Amino acid sequence: MASHTILYYITRVALQRVVITGRGSVSPYGPGVQTLLDGIWQGHSCIKLMPEWQEVNGLESTLAAPLPPIDAKSLLPRSARRTMGPMALYATLASQEAIEDAGLPEKMIDSGSVGVAIGSTTGSPLIYEEFYRQFIPDKNIEEVRSGLFFKLMGHSCAANVCLALGINGEQWAPSSACASAAQAIGLGYLLIQTGRQSAMLCGGSDEVHPTVTMVFDVVKAASRKIQPPLTTPRPFDRDRDGVVCGEGSGILVLESLESAQERGAHIYAEIAGFGHVSDSSHIANPGEEAMALAMNNALADAKIDKSLVDYVNCHATGTILGDVAEAKAVHSAVGSKVPISSLKGHFGHALGAAGSLETIVLLEMMAREEIIPTLHLDNPDPACEVARLVQEIEPCRLNTVIKNNFALGGVNAALILKRKPE
Amino acid sequence: MIADDTIRQEINELLQEEFELSAEQIHPEATLYEDLGLDSLDAVDMEVIMEKNFKVKLANQETIQEVQTIKDLHDLVIKLQKELLTEEK
Repeated sequence: MASHTILYYITRVALQRVVITGRGSVSPYGPGVQTLLDGIWQGHSCIKLMPEWQEVNGLESTLAAPLPPIDAKSLLPRSARRTMGPMALYATLASQEAIEDAGLPEKMIDSGSVGVAIGSTTGSPLIYEEFYRQFIPDKNIEEVRSGLFFKLMGHSCAANVCLALGINGEQWAPSSACASAAQAIGLGYLLIQTGRQSAMLCGGSDEVHPTVTMVFDVVKAASRKIQPPLTTPRPFDRDRDGVVCGEGSGILVLESLESAQERGAHIYAEIAGFGHVSDSSHIANPGEEAMALAMNNALADAKIDKSLVDYVNCHATGTILGDVAEAKAVHSAVGSKVPISSLKGHFGHALGAAGSLETIVLLEMMAREEIIPTLHLDNPDPACEVARLVQEIEPCRLNTVIKNNFALGGVNAALILKRKPE
Repeated sequence: MIADDTIRQEINELLQEEFELSAEQIHPEATLYEDLGLDSLDAVDMEVIMEKNFKVKLANQETIQEVQTIKDLHDLVIKLQKELLTEEK
């Protein structure tokens, strides 16, 4: 046996098992995981018309799932807020809740054994707008405040969370647009698995802004159904016409099984596998082969046969091409009988936060043994019916599930979650 | 010309608003860094605010390094404003 092969097996034997022990959320339903779960189980949609966006020439999609106002001043000290745009604020509040939920002790948080992987599409688009609104007409930076860069930088959320919460472990900020949170969870899984960290705060955060919706609008992939009732986006439905962007932050505490058991922590689920592949065939078009490969790789990583998969929580954003490609990919990876649904109809596409917010809901589905259906899926698109589309709340014991998230730029990520270890 | 006391009052109000301080915290002897808890980033913002409101240049002043208390800040801004008005005349 070659030495590198021996080393591979030694490494595999020593890998830590990774579990989820905390959840924190700031979603379009409002701050807090319970608010998110209540909204989802009540079947509420967060989609709203954005009248102020109508003044943006050329923007056809004037819909979003914005957060209700948050009184940041009452929640965080000025020293923390001064370097935060909205997305960093959301990530910090969600992280606080996740840490509290996990019951991570103070001595562990600042020990260096806890790290952070929190991504976003960019730095704060609102702050970019405010800066350039001043800069472009006058070419003047005299009034720029010291906190500006920390709101604009790509690792704004991760850095601000570490600073606000006193985290001294590894700081990562995976930035891959709509797959940022899924990548962050995957990265956290790898770092804990290999023993580099005992626990990680993982997830993503993003903001609604007309320049974000513009990205989808220019390629005719944003929903234009602005007449009430706002029953859009509608993933897998024959009448779907595109994405509606949302915002917020979802944060999970990932932890080694050993650490969680030592602490007697509540375990929501085990992360058993991570598939992560690049689709180099096209920068924008969804590719069902790469999607299927991500799922297959995740199953292989988890050493789980596809016949054991009980449910797939899809990325499906409500675009014409993406939903069909994902349905076909699911069919290819796990067959036509596994139930699937998407949460985008409820709170839109939270972009960099989508993967983690949706995983929080998925963990609750596992706990309640119920599958949440795709909202507004009234008339399934026959092309998507190669997979089993869920249209009503469905009782189901979920032992093994797949969580998909994909992104423009060819990022395809799939996570395998298993019911918590007995 | 604006009265010195008016300038002092304006400076105090600006600091209160920017750094979320109470009126009681701001007195002439209060040190910016130890008593009020400001740091190097806050110092940059303090200069920006003073420059914007009083149309003076603090950033390039050697004396800005010597500003330790609220009184030091009052004195410097008042001095620079007077110099500015003299130049304009």
